[in-house]
Amino acid sequence: MTTFLTRRSALLAAATCAATLGLAAVAEAQTSIKIGYAISRTGPNTGGAAVTTIPNYELWVKEVNAAGGIKLGDKRVPIEVVQYDDRSNAEEAVRALERLINQDKVDFILPPWGTGLNLAVGPTLNREGYPHLAATAVTDRAPELAKRWPNSFWMLGTSADAAKTLVELLSRLRDEKKIGDTVAMVSIADGFGIDLSSAARPAITAAKFKLAYDKSYPIGTQDLAPIINEVKALNPDVFIAFSYPPDTLALTEQSRIAGFNPKVFYTGVGTAFPLYRGKFGKNTEGVMGIGGWSGDSPAIKDYLARHKASAANGAEPDRWASAVTYASLQMLQQAIERVGKIDRAAVIKDLQTGTFDTVIGKVKLENNMPTRYWWVGQWQDGEFYGIAPAKNEGARTAIVPKPAWVAP
Amino acid sequence: MTNAILTGLMLGGMYALIAMGLTLQYGVARIMNLSYGEFLIAAAFASHWLFTGWAISPFAGLALVVPLAFALNFAIYKLLLTPLVRRAPNRDALEVDSILATFGLTFVIQGSMLALFGGAYYSYSFLAFPVQFLGETVAANRLAALGITILLGLVLYLALTRTRAGTAVRAVAVDPFAAQLVAINVPQASALTFALGGALVAAAGVLVSTFLTFSASSGVVFTMKALIVVVMGGVGNMLGCLVAGLALGLSESLVASYVDPGLTLAVNFALFLAVLLVKPAGLFGRATR
Repeated sequence: MTTFLTRRSALLAAATCAATLGLAAVAEAQTSIKIGYAISRTGPNTGGAAVTTIPNYELWVKEVNAAGGIKLGDKRVPIEVVQYDDRSNAEEAVRALERLINQDKVDFILPPWGTGLNLAVGPTLNREGYPHLAATAVTDRAPELAKRWPNSFWMLGTSADAAKTLVELLSRLRDEKKIGDTVAMVSIADGFGIDLSSAARPAITAAKFKLAYDKSYPIGTQDLAPIINEVKALNPDVFIAFSYPPDTLALTEQSRIAGFNPKVFYTGVGTAFPLYRGKFGKNTEGVMGIGGWSGDSPAIKDYLARHKASAANGAEPDRWASAVTYASLQMLQQAIERVGKIDRAAVIKDLQTGTFDTVIGKVKLENNMPTRYWWVGQWQDGEFYGIAPAKNEGARTAIVPKPAWVAP
Repeated sequence: MTNAILTGLMLGGMYALIAMGLTLQYGVARIMNLSYGEFLIAAAFASHWLFTGWAISPFAGLALVVPLAFALNFAIYKLLLTPLVRRAPNRDALEVDSILATFGLTFVIQGSMLALFGGAYYSYSFLAFPVQFLGETVAANRLAALGITILLGLVLYLALTRTRAGTAVRAVAVDPFAAQLVAINVPQASALTFALGGALVAAAGVLVSTFLTFSASSGVVFTMKALIVVVMGGVGNMLGCLVAGLALGLSESLVASYVDPGLTLAVNFALFLAVLLVKPAGLFGRATR
């Protein structure tokens, strides 16, 4: 025997289902906050995402949920996570975000890792009105983007600022007669290296330094010995490399092997990684690099300990964007709690205007960007301290000249 | 000049080492192994794990990792690839099938490595000290890798040209059907060659891990490099592999030292193109009619 639904009862059934679904959605919004993210679990971005972003997302969710969740009004609701792999691919990242928004109906979205992917997801997050706390993007267009997408927050600042701060530090060191005026600069022929070197080139010459060597190398170069050998022959006072993690390690290794020990030795992304200290040990002493943090601040020490306890194999955070990423999550939480309900427009407003208490200190954004960054750090006694801008609280004095390499 | 040439030879030796296994797998077993780079990274991880966890030197690790890779690759050929070999009506079809199958294998291996080791970069220091060689300062680990490459290449060359089994392998590379007619067990020879290729890439992975930073997703770089060297040298030719690898390494190093490090990739590809234009079958390859 078969039964047939009349059109009316079918409609009724559909309406009931819809009503129940609607009710369920309302009920759910009250019992948890759905936070989604698409992150590079595979592909070329994996190395960066695995060190800087993923452990912080996991640490934050774990801690917030252990404390009962995010406070909405007078009660706490736990975070529920929906996550995807963006495969280090811009189209995939945008697709995943659209899925998070339309299918999973998440309340908030955490950003992907890296400048490229953050730029790629910017328009979508802006169109859909989600706050976009870009914690791992360095771009000169940040001020312009913050205007165009008022929901976007550029936590790492601009490459021009990075280059300018480095050159200011060098000028000061020259004034103190600690270094001469010959600079050798190499850069990776990819986003970061191109941006940083084209910002540094005019700044270096404007500060009347002699740029003795200025060349780039393609991404994936497997032997940097020819570069180091040529630079060593020029005997510069300052060596600057705007490099990615594998080349940062290779350049340092090669310099040590070739006995190239300039007064200032500065390398790019990866210098602030725990891997760098793990590989070079005592030889990190005096090495400068991009980033840094207030290594002596109790908040950072506490964050470091919690990160180690939470991450797989007790991994440490990197000493630059990790703490900034974690701080951006704290800001998001504080903004949501101050608003007291899931109101994304109000949360964006609060992020723009509020003051936040974070592991990197008090943060107050101006034009959607922080006012304080660490641009140059230096390994001193096993910790990567911020040394420039010197006016930053907790800035250490640079060790110059860099001590000689020692046998490992 | 000596320094640039020495650096180039060491880099070229590494390229040749990376490509040697692929030239066997592709040239003889006719498997276009797209997961080749992943096998290299897997061996690098194994070496890293042995060194940091158990303080076993990578050179001792070779004795452990290489036989294991041989057995593993033999099993992969027998279980995964033999059905493809049986089904394929001709060698071209087998090539296409093997591309698809090993492409899938790429994700399996990469996924397992991501699950085991995470996506972060790995690097460790072994023999990372300067040594004087021909009046120049070079890294001991790179020099050691070059030495082992030359040794492996020599042993392999002699094995292929001076032994009965080697002759059989070369016969299969030239014409598997004719080889069958002279009582060569082609499936067996193919399986062993594929496994030998796997053992070689494992050796390359262990050596490379002593001086390069790697992560679970960096395999594809090595597959690409190996492919260029193999095609340039002539598919299935050991000597061609060595010459092509050294030529690439030398040109890279000379251009980086005397012209501009930014042009190394361009020179690599220009050299590759030039060889293909003059000798479409590769430096030592034989044109098929």
